[in-house]
Amino acid sequence: MKIHIPTPLRAYTGGEQTVGVPGATVGQALQELTTAFPELRQHLYTGEGKLRSFVNIYLNDDDIRYLPQKESTPVGESDELTVIPSIAGGCEDGAADALHAICNYFCPKGAKL
Amino acid sequence: MLHLSHADYAALRAHGEETYPHECCGVLLGKASPDGNRVRQIVRAGNTRTDSAHNRYNIAPEELIRTQRQARTLGLDIVGFYHSHPDCPAQWSQTDYNEAHWLGCSYVITRVDQGKAAITNSFLLTGTGEEDKAFRDEPIEIELDSTES
Repeated sequence: MKIHIPTPLRAYTGGEQTVGVPGATVGQALQELTTAFPELRQHLYTGEGKLRSFVNIYLNDDDIRYLPQKESTPVGESDELTVIPSIAGGCEDGAADALHAICNYFCPKGAKL
Repeated sequence: MLHLSHADYAALRAHGEETYPHECCGVLLGKASPDGNRVRQIVRAGNTRTDSAHNRYNIAPEELIRTQRQARTLGLDIVGFYHSHPDCPAQWSQTDYNEAHWLGCSYVITRVDQGKAAITNSFLLTGTGEEDKAFRDEPIEIELDSTES
């Protein structure tokens, strides 16, 4: 099956954006991927072997975290896995948010920080 | 150096004005080159953080996957992202840093003051992983479109 690699991780797949691997399940395919490209492992998994929270892996159009069989889900030759790190952010940090929450609770109506 | 056409530069700033007072977000498609990321197309994305859209953005992974497929079809890569900071500085925030995972990609931020795009800055996410990642100021080179030169 094919595994699509996002731009930042291609440094660890010899520049390949799509890698072909064998495997009967999602987990086996990912195992083959990290065996072929060992440096990828630390970018996909924590030291405890759990998928990093910001790494999303999709089997075709489905997040594997929400598949009933998760990494044990069977895959076929025509299936595709996509590794996609999350993208998010925003202009204020958590501390500022907390201050706003406190102000919303305690400050006079209409007051702003 | 981030290389961006004038049309794309104007479009991403206009996006921030349209969504004000909420943050806009989108994806930069292009190619990495020895002298920096070269943007060939920008793709608008939806901000899923409707609970706090004035100071947060998030692009749904499903939308990112569609955009990555689009990039492959065009022979391009995802080389960066953009978003707006409504009435906030055009500087990366701690939240931006915590949520940045696309090493080697450009993060473009536009300050939008009272609905009007102000400063636009770019930051290159450098490093080899979560442990040593860092934002580095990245100059933007705005290239005139052929019809404008």
